[in-house]
Amino acid sequence: MAQSLIFNNLGFERDERYIFRHLAFQANAGDLVQVVGPNGSGKTSLLRVVVGLLRAEEGTIEWGEKDTDSSSLAHSLLYLGHETGVNYALTALENLRWYFGLNGSKAHSLSEAEEPEMTDEVLVHALNAVGLLGYSDVICHEMSAGQRRRVALARLFVSAAPIWILDEPFTAIDIAGVARLEQQLQAHCSRGGIVLFTTHQTSSLQNIRSLDLADFKPTESSLYGGELDDA
Amino acid sequence: MAWQWFHRLGSPRWFYEKTSPWMLWLGLIAFGLLIFGAIWGLGFSPADSKQGNSYRIIFIHVPASIVALAGYYVMAISGAVGLIWRMKLSFMVMKSVAPIGAALTFASLLTGAIWGKPTWGTWWEWDARITSMLVLLFLYIGVIALQNAYRDRDSADKTCAVLSLVGMVNIPIIYKSVDWWYTLHQPATLKFTEASSIHPSMAYPLLTMILAVYLVFAWLLLTYTRVEILDREKRTKWVADLLKKSA
Amino acid sequence: MPSFFVFLRHCFRRELLLSFRKRSEWVNPIIFFVSIVVFVPLGISPDERLLSQLAPGMVWIIALLAVLLSLDSLFQGDYEDGSLEQILVSGQSLYWVVIVKCIVHWLMTGLPLAILSPLLGLMMSLPSEGYLPLIISVFLGSGSLSFIGGIGAALTVALKRGGVLLSLIIIPLYVPVLIFGAGSVNAAVDGYSISGQLAVLGALFSGALVLAPLASAGALRIGLNN
Repeated sequence: MAQSLIFNNLGFERDERYIFRHLAFQANAGDLVQVVGPNGSGKTSLLRVVVGLLRAEEGTIEWGEKDTDSSSLAHSLLYLGHETGVNYALTALENLRWYFGLNGSKAHSLSEAEEPEMTDEVLVHALNAVGLLGYSDVICHEMSAGQRRRVALARLFVSAAPIWILDEPFTAIDIAGVARLEQQLQAHCSRGGIVLFTTHQTSSLQNIRSLDLADFKPTESSLYGGELDDA
Repeated sequence: MAWQWFHRLGSPRWFYEKTSPWMLWLGLIAFGLLIFGAIWGLGFSPADSKQGNSYRIIFIHVPASIVALAGYYVMAISGAVGLIWRMKLSFMVMKSVAPIGAALTFASLLTGAIWGKPTWGTWWEWDARITSMLVLLFLYIGVIALQNAYRDRDSADKTCAVLSLVGMVNIPIIYKSVDWWYTLHQPATLKFTEASSIHPSMAYPLLTMILAVYLVFAWLLLTYTRVEILDREKRTKWVADLLKKSA
Repeated sequence: MPSFFVFLRHCFRRELLLSFRKRSEWVNPIIFFVSIVVFVPLGISPDERLLSQLAPGMVWIIALLAVLLSLDSLFQGDYEDGSLEQILVSGQSLYWVVIVKCIVHWLMTGLPLAILSPLLGLMMSLPSEGYLPLIISVFLGSGSLSFIGGIGAALTVALKRGGVLLSLIIIPLYVPVLIFGAGSVNAAVDGYSISGQLAVLGALFSGALVLAPLASAGALRIGLNN
């Protein structure tokens, strides 16, 4: 059952000023969507609204059949922000164990009883896939920045979440890593998943749809909210 | 219909424009009553049999204490309204109460000290009332400090709302604890309260002063809130027009 | 989504692992606790009788300060490395994460303080009736201190230099715990029963356990809004 992620009239405000407004977009299964826009146009804010860290002033997000306030959306998301959520004092494997103990596979419509607990084998396999063979029991503090990023990226190889929200995922990884990640993104989309991402780097990804925030920049008159608007 | 009214109430501009005509009258009545009550209590009410003339400070001390405590509840409730209904105006009110409440608490402590000196010979006395007032002052200062620590206004408002609510829930607990603590350590019977049967000639000026301080509080709160509105909406057209008109 | 118990187990595991790996976070408050006591005779008087009168309150105050100083690291680490974000995005309950963190904090800070408090009592000539009440009241009270302290830690999590502000916010909220905690030891020394004070401490702890994480979780959400 292919679901679409729909943004209806989203408006996000900060400090009495709208960053973007009347944003409408539909991401269908298999879409690889890059959110573009100049600095300050709200790319990161949009991603954070989708995952539920920020609240949109106006509009709704639909996932599946009905309006969601991100509770059923949360069960289908994998998010990678600027900070990866990798704890330096834990080993690579411990980090992954915790992540999946928290999130599970997020496969669609699995009840709690059916949820497979991620075995260490699966997690080690994922670490291998990102080039961290043998690093399972290395404390992340002793890794390089690129290696820590890869620990986070290893999640992509295990999670079955349909929607991936990635903010600057290509940061701090080398060319081989970038190629691997691009491959992973394309594979996810061809399996029917959705990817929403931002990046400053040029990439060799195919079939990208673009969501340009410049299209939704508020005009002078709709810059400020207010019931008694003075446009 | 009622919802529409409620929604309009959340508009800072509507609030500003609706309160503008009232400010002068409220101010006159509030300060008028304050001066009247102060003169009556401080000047004309009879001397107390036990404490002589120094007791007169209660006409300032008691109203300040009452409104200081009430102010915290106003702050907490407007914080809650702001959080639940996401009303910016509510947060502006909350932010405005804090310095007023802190000042009143300080006034209460100061007048308490002034009362204490001639009565017991010390400027400071660790009894239940004063200690509770001191803790209330710290609660206010905490909110003010938190408000100023955040550059992002939204975060400042919301965290202060949470803190005010936590404080509000704790105030009864703190007061009761301090009360209990005081009973352990103080055998003296002379309490820091008004006489148990207060004579009408003292009660009326006291009530007048309480009402007056409430009104002054309201006037100050409205004034601070209006200033806060202008500050936050300074980039909108209606504020620019307003400033042009008055320039 | 994993079941609640799997989630809880992973939370506990992570917090305990982190506590053991980052030893300084709980060892430092204990060292503080034991070192500060030297200020008391130096600053006041070495007179045994005076010290023994002050002992219940002073030990309690020092324990409270030690807990206060250790609160900084409760949420800061997870906030900065993005783990807190991941918890919120996962759809799991932030409320329970806070409870787990505060319980582990209590076991790592309050429990050692409770165990060491007789040592401080000894150095301050605490009368013998006071020792057991001291241990019990510090243990029970520090639970409340961890949970209430969590509120302050959550409210200041997004600030760079939140430390002093955190203490400033929390101090008024600690007043009831201090009054009944120190009060129970004082009562025991004077020969009275302490069941009332302990009951109140217990009530404060239950209340803090259930309610404080609500405020803390709300505050963390606000902090992540940035």
